[in-house]
Amino acid sequence: MWTWFHKLGSPPHLYRLAGRLAPWLLWIAIVLIAIGTYGGLVLAPPDYQQGDGFRIIYVHAPSAWMSMSIYAVMATASAIGLIWRMKLAFAVAAASAPVGASFTFLALVTGAIWGQPMWGTWWVWDARLTSELILLFVYFGYMGLRAAFTEVQKADRTSAVLAIVGVVNLPIIHYSVVWWNTLHQASTVTKLDNPSISMNMLWPLLVMIIGFNLFYIAILATRVRSEVLGRERNARWVSEALSDLSPENGITA
Amino acid sequence: MTPRRQRMVGTGLVMAGVALAAVLALRAFQENLMFFYSPTDVIAGSAAEGTRFRLGGLVIDGSLRREIGSLEVQFDVTDTENTMTVVYAGVLPDLFREGQGVIANGYLLADGKFQADEVLAKHDEEYMSPEVAQMLEDRGHPVDGGTAAIEQ
Repeated sequence: MWTWFHKLGSPPHLYRLAGRLAPWLLWIAIVLIAIGTYGGLVLAPPDYQQGDGFRIIYVHAPSAWMSMSIYAVMATASAIGLIWRMKLAFAVAAASAPVGASFTFLALVTGAIWGQPMWGTWWVWDARLTSELILLFVYFGYMGLRAAFTEVQKADRTSAVLAIVGVVNLPIIHYSVVWWNTLHQASTVTKLDNPSISMNMLWPLLVMIIGFNLFYIAILATRVRSEVLGRERNARWVSEALSDLSPENGITA
Repeated sequence: MTPRRQRMVGTGLVMAGVALAAVLALRAFQENLMFFYSPTDVIAGSAAEGTRFRLGGLVIDGSLRREIGSLEVQFDVTDTENTMTVVYAGVLPDLFREGQGVIANGYLLADGKFQADEVLAKHDEEYMSPEVAQMLEDRGHPVDGGTAAIEQ
């Protein structure tokens, strides 16, 4: 039962698997994001209060979602790496950080662009916005800490501790709108029993969220491949894989 | 205990410790993390007189009064229990509407009114098309009229 899991721990296996999956995932993601964009910008009706301005939700909400779920992946991979001494888990964490930071940045920027006309301000220091900004800084801290070590193993273990400590921020971000008075509104979609958004506005959002997730996995697969190459550069399978420039290995000259 | 088990317990303890520290810190800063006070908080004395703070609540339907020939507006803000009058001179945000939530940044005047120098619209999490909103209104459930129920 666990053989597939142990196989994932084998660098050449993961390298080939990721190389085979990445283009498929990327294309499905692009199609879904295109459908979601068309649905969100064209098919969905304008909001009764915000008019067309609400449509930024189709980028903002999926980005914010990804900023947190990528962090969860990063922290989980770090914990697996620390506990089971699984090097490839560290590679996944390291490959995830810049992607997560980018989505966090996108969520903050789209939120500010929406906030200026709707709230009347680009930025306020309420609990939701501040905790999301802290998430961005934790991502930066993680990347900076990794870069501070020349030895990969030390970078892996030290940054893993930071990633695990930073997990405490995730429930704070999610529940900030419930625990405190904030300017940011409460969650719309995660009220699963009764989302406060009509169906013809909701489906493009869900398509976008799935598309963003697949996009992340595709990018992650590509980034993990290069991480693995860097970490295993002295291994024999790497020189074999690189000398064999056949397309089925996902390598083009 | 195997080394792996040790590391598992260690990781768990680190997470538990950090979570505990976060809970204690956030509880200590509870007041400061509140972005705004409701009229009831203000009347109960939560917001110190003479200091700047933010007041949040729903704008009562029909309470918006404009000074002719100037930008000055006055409106009443309620949390369904208590009501305060806000005085403001400036541009109101897009989503400012009677019946909608607002957050005003300013200070208390001697006559009990709130002088705001910034007014932000607080959006709720409801999204719907104009047709649906109209339909709800026709059925007697106006969607942006949170105050309708209050005034009855």
